[in-house]
Amino acid sequence: MESHSGIAAVVKKTLNRRYRAERRFRRIGLAAVAVGLLFLAVLFTAIVSKGYTAFQQTHVLLDVYVDPDVVHVGNLDSADYQGLIKASLRELFPDVKGHRDKRNLYKLVSSGAGSILRQKVLEDTSLIGRRIQIWVPADDDVDMVIKGHVDRSLPESQRRLNNKSLAWVDALKEQGRLEKRWNLTFFTAGDSREPELAGIWGATVGSFYTLLITLSLSFPLGTAAAVYLEEFAPRNRWTDLLEVNINNLAAVPSIVFGLLGLAVFLNFFGLPRSSPLVGGLVLTLMTLPTIIIAGRAALQSVPPSIRDAALAVGASKMQAVFHHVLPLALPGMLTGTIIGMARALGETAPLLMVGMVAFIVDIPRGFTDAATALPVQIFLWADSPERAFVEKTSAAIMVLLGFLILMNGAAVFLRNRYERRW
Amino acid sequence: MTTVGEIRAANPRMTCRQVNVYYGDKHAIKNVSIDIGRNEVLAMIGPSGCGKSTFLRCLNRMNDTIEGCRVTGTITLDGQDIYDPDLDVVLLRAQVGMVFQKPNPFPKSIYDNIAYGPKIHGLARTRSELDQIVETSLQKAGLWDEVKDRLKHPGTGLSGGQQQRLCIARAIAVSPEVILMDEPCSALDPIATARIEDLIHELREQYTIVIVTHSMQQAARVSQRTAFFHMGDLIEVGPTDRIFTRPRHSLTEDYITGRFG
Ligand SMILES: Nc1ncnc2c1ncn2[C@@H]1O[C@H](COP(=O)(O)OP(=O)(O)OP(=O)(O)O)[C@@H](O)[C@H]1O
Ligand SMILES: [Mg+2]
Repeated sequence: MESHSGIAAVVKKTLNRRYRAERRFRRIGLAAVAVGLLFLAVLFTAIVSKGYTAFQQTHVLLDVYVDPDVVHVGNLDSADYQGLIKASLRELFPDVKGHRDKRNLYKLVSSGAGSILRQKVLEDTSLIGRRIQIWVPADDDVDMVIKGHVDRSLPESQRRLNNKSLAWVDALKEQGRLEKRWNLTFFTAGDSREPELAGIWGATVGSFYTLLITLSLSFPLGTAAAVYLEEFAPRNRWTDLLEVNINNLAAVPSIVFGLLGLAVFLNFFGLPRSSPLVGGLVLTLMTLPTIIIAGRAALQSVPPSIRDAALAVGASKMQAVFHHVLPLALPGMLTGTIIGMARALGETAPLLMVGMVAFIVDIPRGFTDAATALPVQIFLWADSPERAFVEKTSAAIMVLLGFLILMNGAAVFLRNRYERRW
Repeated sequence: MTTVGEIRAANPRMTCRQVNVYYGDKHAIKNVSIDIGRNEVLAMIGPSGCGKSTFLRCLNRMNDTIEGCRVTGTITLDGQDIYDPDLDVVLLRAQVGMVFQKPNPFPKSIYDNIAYGPKIHGLARTRSELDQIVETSLQKAGLWDEVKDRLKHPGTGLSGGQQQRLCIARAIAVSPEVILMDEPCSALDPIATARIEDLIHELREQYTIVIVTHSMQQAARVSQRTAFFHMGDLIEVGPTDRIFTRPRHSLTEDYITGRFG
């Protein structure tokens, strides 16, 4: 041993090494975080740079004569509005002759233009007989040209728009009749075969109903199971087995839950296919283990001294749990639930198995209506051949990510707000 | 090992006979028999780890909550076996209150800490009755003056010693008949300690008290009888003044003269 005064010297020798180790560890940690952030940034820029254009849609300004011969009080609902749109296009390009050229000309505006005009006339019948100016969405092919996604140098046969059509587009542009405008349709419409008419709202509502089912089933069930297993169940071979199984279920690939849902909910119970009800039930099965595990962890983190304190003043087991332990564990349980919900929101595979992958135009109006969900919508659009669905896909991913960030933010907020340290 | 001294009390409130406690394979309390007299303060002393807390926790069945803990033998309260399967453990714990070694206030307001017990037992019919219970309990524990202006503040925000007095107030708020105190003064300064000791003197008129302490002086000041534990054995029991002046067992003598422990 060194002399008594030598302890400082001895410690100093190791001190440098200890600090070096600490600095090294910090740098490694920092590097790990930086790499993670880099990947995140790459992902986000890729998605945003591809998708932001979907929030705008090229519109065409048309002068439409609301011909009283075509539209009158008797047929407001069923009049040939698309015909009026076509007429106004013919007026714009009076030189266009021939059946095929005219067809190509009509194709410049969306097939949904008629229903926009109809909506306008229904709101204000005094328009009948007047000449009005109206912005209608352009066809997705025109939209792609305006957004610069079309290579004009390609031979005509490899383009979706031929030279004549391109010339018309240029002419319209010159007259100031083409404009990129805020794409409200994207946020209010359901799916469509026409990219310019397709929207995310149907899938959002479907996801909402699905998650509502999932939340209202999995939170009470998961919490009750966690409380029972953690606080009341005896510790024996059976509960050990149960625990192992729950942990296993949490790791089971989600598609397996989809198959289970297909066999049980659709084939056995005969619940409606493609419905948020069945989707929600399947996602409940999938999230339950996560919620139970998170709930048990939260309950375990409540110090036993709190239970002792309650029991020692004569609280029953039940009172100790519900008055003291559960309120303290609840923030953790909520965090676990929200993270489970976020996972459920992003889940695609099990929904494919229960038919939520169908092409559905209508906005679902209940739990048993046919519906699709956000991630499934992304899957569907990513699979579509039209060039315009590429940006739609990215935009839908942005919407989904937005919801996920919102939910995870809520989880962090809840944790910080209600977590007690003692 | 047989206990030296008189394990019987003239007028016992609780009696313990051949009590053994096991934590799994560990034999923590070995064949302990002792009476706890009515309106007496029994002090339990002994070196750290000898099983004082363990034995104390047998008296209100707090050991039930510990995984793998097994208690054998008989313990009675007023002649009633407290380990009888028919006995309601909630009722028992309302009668036998406990102050733990480490202060464990609920993470709630000071007021709610005290009011919780009376509330669940329905001891107060009105809000003002409850207020009254809270005030007298805090006063008895010597905490009232310090916290009367901040009853709504969290109990966990108090200092360690204040928290311990809060726990004492919480225990006496339900007016138990027996109070078990596990080193209630280990975190307190001499003034607060003196206050607690006064409280113990006061409480003795109505209650039976068992107190674990590491302070020989405290045992001498507050208790009528003293029990000395050593490695799970009850070595010696007797009137406090006799134990401290004329211990009969050599281990007791070694301990109180400070030769070990
Ligand atoms: N929950 C438990 N599980 C296993 N062993 C335990 C448990 N609690 C206590 N013990 C053991 O039982 C013995 C007695 O412990 P106990 O807490 O009763 O001692 P004590 O006399 O109160 O000590 P101290 O004065 O330090 O508080 C110790 O050896 C301890 O290790
Ligand atoms: Mg102890």
